[in-house]
Amino acid sequence: MTVFPDPSATLEETSIPALLARNARRYAMQTAYREKEFGIWQSWTWAETQAEVRAMALGFLALGMARGDYVAIIGRNRPALYWSMVAAQSVGAIPVPLYQDAVAEEMAYVLDHCGARFVVCGDQEQVDKVLEVQEKVSCIEEILYLDKRGMRKYDHSHMNWLQDVMREGRAAETRLAGELVKRTGELTLDHTCVMLYTSGTTGKPKGVVLSNRNIIVTSKNSSEFDNLKPGDEILAYLPMAWVGDFIFAIGQAYWTGFCVNCPESAQTMLTDLREIGPTYYFAPPRVFENMLTTVMIRMEDASPIKRRVFNHFMGFARKVGPRLLDGKDVSAGDKLKYALGNLLVYGPLKDTLGLRRIRVAYTAGEAIGPEIFDFYRSLGINLKQLYGQTEASVFITQQPDGEVRSDTVGVPSPGVEVRIAENGEVFYRSPGTFESYYKNAESTASTKDPEGWVATGDAGFFEEGTGHLRIIDRAKDVGKMADGGMFAPKYVENKLKFFPNILESVVFGNGRDRCVAFINIDLNAVGSWAERNNIAYSSYQELAGLKRVLDTIQEHVETVNESVAQDTMLAGCQIHRFLVLHKELDADDGEMTRTRKVRRRIVEEKFSDLIDALYGDKDSIYTETEVTYEDGRKGVLKATLEIRDARVFGQATAQMAAE
Amino acid sequence: MSGQGEAMRDTATDEGYVTADGRKIGGVAMEMKNITLRFGGVVAIKDISFDIRWGEVRAIIGPNGAGKSSMLNVISGFYHPQEGEVIYKGYRRPRMRPYQVARTGIARTFQNIALFEGMSVLDNIMTGRLHHMKANLFQQAMWWGRANREEHENREAVEKIIDFLEIQHIRKTPVARLPYGLKKRVELARALAAEPSILLLDEPMAGMNVEEKEDMCRFILDVNDEFGTTTVLIEHDMGVVMDLSDRVVVMDYGKKIGDGTPDEVRNNEDVIKAYLGVAHE
Repeated sequence: MTVFPDPSATLEETSIPALLARNARRYAMQTAYREKEFGIWQSWTWAETQAEVRAMALGFLALGMARGDYVAIIGRNRPALYWSMVAAQSVGAIPVPLYQDAVAEEMAYVLDHCGARFVVCGDQEQVDKVLEVQEKVSCIEEILYLDKRGMRKYDHSHMNWLQDVMREGRAAETRLAGELVKRTGELTLDHTCVMLYTSGTTGKPKGVVLSNRNIIVTSKNSSEFDNLKPGDEILAYLPMAWVGDFIFAIGQAYWTGFCVNCPESAQTMLTDLREIGPTYYFAPPRVFENMLTTVMIRMEDASPIKRRVFNHFMGFARKVGPRLLDGKDVSAGDKLKYALGNLLVYGPLKDTLGLRRIRVAYTAGEAIGPEIFDFYRSLGINLKQLYGQTEASVFITQQPDGEVRSDTVGVPSPGVEVRIAENGEVFYRSPGTFESYYKNAESTASTKDPEGWVATGDAGFFEEGTGHLRIIDRAKDVGKMADGGMFAPKYVENKLKFFPNILESVVFGNGRDRCVAFINIDLNAVGSWAERNNIAYSSYQELAGLKRVLDTIQEHVETVNESVAQDTMLAGCQIHRFLVLHKELDADDGEMTRTRKVRRRIVEEKFSDLIDALYGDKDSIYTETEVTYEDGRKGVLKATLEIRDARVFGQATAQMAAE
Repeated sequence: MSGQGEAMRDTATDEGYVTADGRKIGGVAMEMKNITLRFGGVVAIKDISFDIRWGEVRAIIGPNGAGKSSMLNVISGFYHPQEGEVIYKGYRRPRMRPYQVARTGIARTFQNIALFEGMSVLDNIMTGRLHHMKANLFQQAMWWGRANREEHENREAVEKIIDFLEIQHIRKTPVARLPYGLKKRVELARALAAEPSILLLDEPMAGMNVEEKEDMCRFILDVNDEFGTTTVLIEHDMGVVMDLSDRVVVMDYGKKIGDGTPDEVRNNEDVIKAYLGVAHE
């Protein structure tokens, strides 16, 4: 086994606040943060950022924040909230960012579990949620908020406007500066940098403790891997509670000194993306899918000439684009034609999407459809895949430039060792490996062995020849069919999801003789189709129940069956019966995690009547489902769903006939 | 708000009151004295008197044809009553044209949306700043001196309102492409852009779904809270009126039949009759 030299031995800056001080010296006048506010991009240099963070840290001291306190941060991506994390670190406290769209109960669990004394809220909405849970969660002492709007009438005896806190901090400079310097100076690589709660596809969320060493070494390695440099731009729009956002917008940004841009609001994300034109970009596959769907829908409405030009050049780009990007041989004629295409189609399209300046883009979290992946690659966007998790400070494997494919997740990241256990589960060990789960020694022990190897819970294998890792499914989801064949639901679900009409699918069949599936249609894609064909519908439910929609979905399912049948190992996973669900799977109803991964067990329990019906022989089923609205109220959705049989292929058909 | 201070002095003897939720309501901002409005032989408003205080949300309600919109039009100077007088900021208001009234710090929204459909949201709201622009035609045409400076100041004010009403995502969208609920919000934004002392809202909630209504309610309360804007609104949705307003005037067939807090009005016999329907002699 290779022994890596300890990369942390040579690090001069051992904490994020120390990196901030370094950046304020080294890149004083360069832009560190930008936020669109009042229609203009407001910006802060590294020197200004340091001043703001310092004022906030002094204010925190004045409020009595102690070493080791937990500070919860809830809100959308805004510079001041990022600063509050660094300010908390500066006084020796530990920031705990939370998902801003979490409902009050979810929030209560996390706030109580970490024992947060301080909560920094983005706006009134978040303050209201915290006040709601405050009766149950007694540890909360002070609430701070960023946006003053609507806050005038609240009882402020334990509530502070963040600007006031900073003003107080500045006023107390002489008194508290010494203490601040001392507290910041104490921070070593072993101190906790941040605590992040994993969304948890099963059970309650767990607090992952990441040390300064985890974050800084990982950021250093990954920044060097992709040659990130000052002057790069990213758009910070993913939830702050997600480890990726912490690594990109704080870890790598502070290590490299690049600029973090915060959008004006969630709805303006795409406009802001275009205005900023980031050079380094991360998005889950869903975002890329949505972008592509939007482009395709708009092209359907374009004039015939434009459509033909677009289709012609996109067809050409699919052949040549990825090869050009990988630096492989391309004939001079093709190069010339690609340049023309770039002038007419690719350039303007990239510009519209805001992806023109991208040097490195990553997608991760879920499998991305090969067609979607190739679409972006063929445009000349260096889209790559990485594989990671919170416990690893993101990076486990990633794709080096020139070795990019849609079906692998790349080679181990620098400093990371990966091995495959006998049952196929992937294990890793790296400088980014988390310290522990907070107040949960049992889970820590079962996840991380004494030698530092961490179980990912995913099953995968290294491809021979290339050394690239391929992930099949969650290890615990991989099961056996009744006849002993392998059952890998994700494999089939991903194939289904690659159709633009299908947003989500859940396949069942573990321990059974055949597979069945739930399907969610994509309201954008199917809705636009309905509009173009003059088909009236008033709700998701109605659209999902239309006969022509079901026909289309059936075609998709059968196409998938045909392709699954090609794989001898997984041919048993073909879908025999399916239905289109009457509601979209939703995180508010607990059916998905906040990062939009399906919670299989919960879906299985909640819709058990539907599963029984799929294994029965009726053509339709009546069902009632409880739904939670955005404001927390509950309602009941009633529907009669049609169940369809799908054609199956190859081996599986023969087996059916034999029965 | 400009002008508010001196008016408070004018009505110094009247100290206002404090609402149940602890908001301080100031002295009388505007007083309607024995207003009668006729259109030919039809009497739209018959001898009505009531007052509006600084900082309050004042509702005017009543069945269809009760004369509510006419009343609002009297306040905004669009109609001139044949009898009675309007006392504003302590002085009797002379006969004015609507634009002159607007300059005195009264802004309004309309029952039927009256936006410039082809213009962007931003430009529509900018029109609300008209009274804050002093540059002459030459300066405007040459983009010189004051014109340039004023444009920046006004854009800043408009952006604050866009931020306040959370319509950043439609800033550059032509109004014609917006759904009804958002158009109503843009109208409110334009009225707010004038930085009014008194904001008149003519059925701000009409034709909205529950979610849009909730949003609108929150914005009206936030405006009142944040800018201290005195708000006069006409509304049919009783739930909204009772929740939002500090005091309510009830009209029926051009006459005032009730005036007081929501609770008082709710228990007023005449009001119940008007709403449940009683044969008029």
